[in-house]
Amino acid sequence: MLYREAGQFKASYREDQQIFPIRQDKIAIALILAFFYLVVPVIGDQYWLKAILVPVLIFSLAALGLNILTGYAGQLSLGTAAFMAAGAFGAFNFMLRMPDFPVFSEVKILFAFIFGGLMAALVGIVFGLPSLRIKGFYLAVATLAAQFFVVWALTKFSWFSNYSSSGVISAQDVVLFGVPIDTPESRYLFVLVIVTVLALLAKNMVRSATGRAWMAVRDMDVAAEVIGIRLLHTKLLAFAVSSFYCGVAGALYAFCYLGTVEPEGFNLDMSFRILFMIIIGGVGSVLGSFLGAAFIVLLPIFLNVFFHAVFAGAVPAGLGSNLELMIFGGLIIFFLIVEPHGLARLWQIGKEKLRLWPFPH
Amino acid sequence: MQFFFEVLIGGLLSGVMYSLVALGFVLIYKASGVFNFAQGAMVFFAALTFVGLMQDYNLPFWLAMLVALGAMVMLGILTERIVLRPLVNQPPITLFMATIGLTFFIEGMAQGFWGANVRGLDLGIEDVPIEWLAERYGIFTSKFDIFSAAIAGILVAVLAIFFQRTKVGRALRAVADDHQAALAVGIPLQQIWRIVWGVAGFVALVAGMLWGARNGVQFALTFVALKALPVLILGGFESIPGAIVGGLIIGASEKLAEVYIGPFVGGGIESWFPYVLALLFLLVRPEGLFGEKHIDRV
Amino acid sequence: MSNGRHIGDVILDLQNISLRFGGVKALTDISFNVREHEIRAIIGPNGAGKSSMLNVINGVYHPQEGTIVFHGRKRHDMNTHEAALQGIGRTFQNIALFKGMSVLDNLMTGRNLKIKSNFLQQAFYWGPTRREELEQRSKVEGIIDFLEIEHIRKTPVGRLPYGLQKRVELGRALAMEPTLLLLDEPMAGMNVEEKQDMCRFILDVNDQFGTTIVLIEHDMGVVMDISDRVVVLDYGKKIADGTPDEVRGNQEVIDAYLGVAH
Repeated sequence: MLYREAGQFKASYREDQQIFPIRQDKIAIALILAFFYLVVPVIGDQYWLKAILVPVLIFSLAALGLNILTGYAGQLSLGTAAFMAAGAFGAFNFMLRMPDFPVFSEVKILFAFIFGGLMAALVGIVFGLPSLRIKGFYLAVATLAAQFFVVWALTKFSWFSNYSSSGVISAQDVVLFGVPIDTPESRYLFVLVIVTVLALLAKNMVRSATGRAWMAVRDMDVAAEVIGIRLLHTKLLAFAVSSFYCGVAGALYAFCYLGTVEPEGFNLDMSFRILFMIIIGGVGSVLGSFLGAAFIVLLPIFLNVFFHAVFAGAVPAGLGSNLELMIFGGLIIFFLIVEPHGLARLWQIGKEKLRLWPFPH
Repeated sequence: MQFFFEVLIGGLLSGVMYSLVALGFVLIYKASGVFNFAQGAMVFFAALTFVGLMQDYNLPFWLAMLVALGAMVMLGILTERIVLRPLVNQPPITLFMATIGLTFFIEGMAQGFWGANVRGLDLGIEDVPIEWLAERYGIFTSKFDIFSAAIAGILVAVLAIFFQRTKVGRALRAVADDHQAALAVGIPLQQIWRIVWGVAGFVALVAGMLWGARNGVQFALTFVALKALPVLILGGFESIPGAIVGGLIIGASEKLAEVYIGPFVGGGIESWFPYVLALLFLLVRPEGLFGEKHIDRV
Repeated sequence: MSNGRHIGDVILDLQNISLRFGGVKALTDISFNVREHEIRAIIGPNGAGKSSMLNVINGVYHPQEGTIVFHGRKRHDMNTHEAALQGIGRTFQNIALFKGMSVLDNLMTGRNLKIKSNFLQQAFYWGPTRREELEQRSKVEGIIDFLEIEHIRKTPVGRLPYGLQKRVELGRALAMEPTLLLLDEPMAGMNVEEKQDMCRFILDVNDQFGTTIVLIEHDMGVVMDISDRVVVLDYGKKIADGTPDEVRGNQEVIDAYLGVAH
């Protein structure tokens, strides 16, 4: 009874085409946003903001990027971390090599992030080019090429890291309108704003012609072609937009989370973790990207607490991390078998239940 | 010129090893349409189990090998039962992602049980240059490399005969061609899958022993699988000859590239060069070395 | 069937089309034409090359020999994008809908070519994007009304029964506002009522929108009933071409269907 759209009549297509057509959804989104914008910064302690919420948001953005490519456009990528690396190093070099950025110097950092995103998009387009000729596994393996090549290039060509040893970079200070963003609260809010805006843009893209073209290519490429959708153009756009999102996520990872990063940090393992986020969260769902990222970031923390409780503080060395690997792997298989559409689908089922609640039918 | 041949031979010999790992992929792909990303983890698990049994439980060589083989077959059967069967009729990409999950699981299991230390493995073959080759032609080629290439070669030949000449092999080829049709003529699909996973486990064990003897049995063995992927792209997922020739090409070209191109770009290009090579090749010939041209029926 | 339509000039002329896949000859030296506003049927036994013929017309396959003249422009072969731009719509023998999308989205995708705003404008959902989306939506709703599928507009197509999926696929092709519509076995696997509905829609499309239709169909009753002219293929060769009555009496056609020793 709580979640009923009965009686909400749409008198025009405009009303029916809103981003959240159902009143309860609007209220829910408003409440969630209010909670994360107004309540969390007040009640959240430093550890939660710095070590949990910020990475969850950043990985949500990366997962959203991968979801655009894999979930919406149907092109499996195993090189997400490489695109993040391109973004992080792009933003770093922009800050480094543009000391007197002439216009908008107040918001230079935002331009650095956009530049990082664009660099990642460029890399994405280059490694997306084979997608015209090859699909499925072949393409997945091709994206591995991106993974290894980018990390190699960033390590070997020390120009990218301003000639530091083994490519380590320390991100410059984040300053916006002359105000340093250096407290956990301000960093959290800064990341939150960027992620909210980009998530909104992504939602708009997937509900308009661009998104329909992506999904058409994903579901039946020959039919899409016959309708007049240009495959290469559509796939490359998906690669570019997806990599842009991953690139911005990588820049945020360097500037607002770790501070110091090295190319090796953006390894294959990280790419897999982001893939796991969208599998568990929901392939082809904006919401799922957030749920999956939260799940994968929180799981090791939860397991750690759990192990400490079980082994009374004396966790055998190595056992924790190996059990974590097994649980990760097991969960992936479990989700693929039981709920291939992930947490987002469970959320939807929950809503459908709410529609009838408290009556059984 | 001598140096060139030395590099070339070294590359070809390591290429045989890539072929061996790629073969594990091809077997499973042909039989069940699954791109088994966990093949590398299986190599690692097999080698670790074998060495662990010898070192921690003092089992003799052949017994350890037998028990490790048994463990691999068990692993294959359980994978078929727990992972593949519930996912039957799912899109291939879903199955692929499930095997990535399986990879994590096996890696965690292997290290959780046997520990994460690097373990040495001695197969009794010395890693020294063959004298008469060195003396007569000045080419330094390791005895061990020749030995492992020979083992790999024999294994490939045995498998080829097995799949061409036996009843199981015929059934396997039928399954590879069309699951539904194979079921319809009464081929026990699940049994075939179990056999194939068992054989793939055996291949993984041999590959793991050879690689492990060379570089030590350690987590890095899982990366061997990553080397086999470009081989698959080059040779095609469904072609046994493709896996063999692809492995040789990748092995030789990667070593040559490292030696002749590497110095100009800072070295270490082995990590990505095979991929780029395979990709460039695909752009010219999307169906791979021995693949058949695929025509979409619409 | 005559319903007072004016059948116009030849708009599509296929000349000496030959298509091979490796050593397999799919089409051999086939010529025929299609006139404006007519319903043109292609019939023939299984494997005669009918679908290949449609695939040549809208550029999915590229013939080795022959020319295609469409609206006066002479080409060696078509490409799919060009064909779509020129107003050639198409349905498939095995339904090729976008399974993960709703009926509405499937039809909206059919109008993607009409959308002029770029992805950045769409990301911000700025003025032109919203206006365009609403325009296309009302066009699509017109087709939904026409095909009587209002009740399923928000249903994912994967969940629909076969007959309705065929109808949605026709809707997606119609959303392109095609001048030439290629239908590959639109009535295969349907029951009698569904066939009648589909026939009605095809005739209405032809009649109301003046769309030229090329269709492949196995149900001879339907073919003889609704088509203006019929071309018969067998083993990739044309064996007859003419009005339904002419084709019906043709000895070679009878042989092809009943089978005689070659």
